[in-house]
Amino acid sequence: MNIPANLKYSKTDEWFDPTTGAMGLTDYAQEQLSDIVFVEILLSVGETVKDGQPAASVESVKAAAETYTAVSGKVSEINEALADSPEILNSDPFGAGWMVKIEGGDASGLMDADKYEKYCAERSH
Amino acid sequence: MIENTVPMEKPKVVEPTLFELSSPGRSGVTFPQPDVPVASLPKSLLRKELPLPELAEVDVIRHYMHLSKFNYSVDGGFYPLGSCTMKYNPKINEDIARLPGFAFTHPLQPIESVQGNMALLYTMQEWLKEISGFKAVTLQPSAGAQGELTGVLIMRAYHQSRGDTKRIKMLIPDSAHGTNPASSGMIGLQIVQIPSDKHGNVDLAALKAECDDTVVGLMLTNPNTLGLFDEHLEEVVKTIHACGGLVYGDGANLNALLGVLRPGDAGIDLMHFNLHKTFSTPHGGGGPGSGPVGVTASLADFLPAPIVDIVDEGDDDIPPLYGFINPPKTIGRVKSFHGHFGVILRAFTYIAMHGPEGLRQISEYAVLNANYLLARLRSTYNVPYDRICMHEFVAEGMVEGSDVRALDIAKRLMDYDFHPPTNYFPMIVHEALMIEPTETENKDTLDAFAEALIKIAAEAKTNPELLHEAPHKTPFGRMDEVKAARELVLCCWLPEDYASS
Repeated sequence: MNIPANLKYSKTDEWFDPTTGAMGLTDYAQEQLSDIVFVEILLSVGETVKDGQPAASVESVKAAAETYTAVSGKVSEINEALADSPEILNSDPFGAGWMVKIEGGDASGLMDADKYEKYCAERSH
Repeated sequence: MIENTVPMEKPKVVEPTLFELSSPGRSGVTFPQPDVPVASLPKSLLRKELPLPELAEVDVIRHYMHLSKFNYSVDGGFYPLGSCTMKYNPKINEDIARLPGFAFTHPLQPIESVQGNMALLYTMQEWLKEISGFKAVTLQPSAGAQGELTGVLIMRAYHQSRGDTKRIKMLIPDSAHGTNPASSGMIGLQIVQIPSDKHGNVDLAALKAECDDTVVGLMLTNPNTLGLFDEHLEEVVKTIHACGGLVYGDGANLNALLGVLRPGDAGIDLMHFNLHKTFSTPHGGGGPGSGPVGVTASLADFLPAPIVDIVDEGDDDIPPLYGFINPPKTIGRVKSFHGHFGVILRAFTYIAMHGPEGLRQISEYAVLNANYLLARLRSTYNVPYDRICMHEFVAEGMVEGSDVRALDIAKRLMDYDFHPPTNYFPMIVHEALMIEPTETENKDTLDAFAEALIKIAAEAKTNPELLHEAPHKTPFGRMDEVKAARELVLCCWLPEDYASS
């Protein structure tokens, strides 16, 4: 399982990049969901968001799940490509699979890579 | 002992569509010469072409007969689909539903001419009250999820009638049925998920933390989707009532409680019944459902209108007259006419046939069968919330030292001629396999199913590819579920393609 060291992580399995403001689903989350077949981003550009609010709804062959905003701030960009190619979330969750960019986000409440790795290990047995 | 053998070759079975079977000029009916003057339709309403298939009756019958052979049904084999209660549907239910006195009545007939139907609906309301401990019942909702919607509308109407308008939160445990959040969300309530504790009960501390004066209520599935009875039911109910909320019971798992516990006696305020699960009517593609809702006395005024009641008691010579009444603060009608009468009739037959002792026996056998399977399988498959279960249990569809998943195990079961259990639900168990044998299965069937699952666990280690590629014995092999979900194309040819060919 891939957990890039430069990113921050939420308890609900989102990653956040403090440099670019991008966020998405972690590798752990996409693996749990298995093949993702549908993504709907619930935010729009310019919207002010609070951390923990629904950001996207994601459906896989196994389950439907919600993705939450990792930080508070203002939505600056949305990844339109996901609607047509939801499989990117499986193949490249930390790269082309970014979901939204949030400006002015404070990542201090999020976990670093080491902590998130332990958090994932606790949940799988 | 049932011996399961798996042939190596997949049978090649393809059934053409009716369009492909069509041949110009064939027909199933011949109309007589008209005995009235012929009138033609306005030209503007006429089609230039209508590419419908042309076949004789026998061609159509054989086509559907072939298709039906691809199907798997509870009449054909064991169907342990968790949460769905796929018990055998006794055929006497069908005999009764076809009696002309029932089958040939119409919902718009004058009430005086259908007093038999009215008496049956009234008696069904009374029986459901007695079975559940509630004080009033509506038979209108067309299935479980509509029963839930009816229930949450009643809960909201109750609070609003008291001027208590700031209640917007519905608490829903993570072991509840998936339709619960959908029903609450549909009327705009805010959904708060309550986690389970490590024994599979509602986490009391988490529940208490959410209890305040904005709570509409709790939607409790008990036994829950882990097949477990909540060990703190009394305290859960007390906690919700203490903050002014109502407790909604999801009655989908009532099959485990008949004659043992009445939800109304346990402090539940309202609940839907799934007549098509608990009381054996065909469902899951075999017919419509029925989701009556029972409520306590304080909610009776809010029930959907109308409900059946005795409008004139009659006397020694004149039988009582049944009619419809409107509860004074009704939420309105939720279904046209009087619910799914044919389903209610079949469920009525089932209850009448069993009687009180028989109903209790149903639940006892359902729970016994589930615990028997659990005992046979727990050393092969991990069961994360492992205690005495009710009518179903949830195992992890994983085998140590193998990369097979729940889906592979489920598909492989089809090769052993069993319907797979529910998989990937509830979501609080990894690779969930949710197994509900129901009371109608004998020990031989349960043993054969357990042995198939044990054999499959061994195959998972020695020959995992066999599972990844399963099923092998069915008319069609492993379906590409990802492609089907991503590319929503239902038909390969459109009718105009046929017209031009």
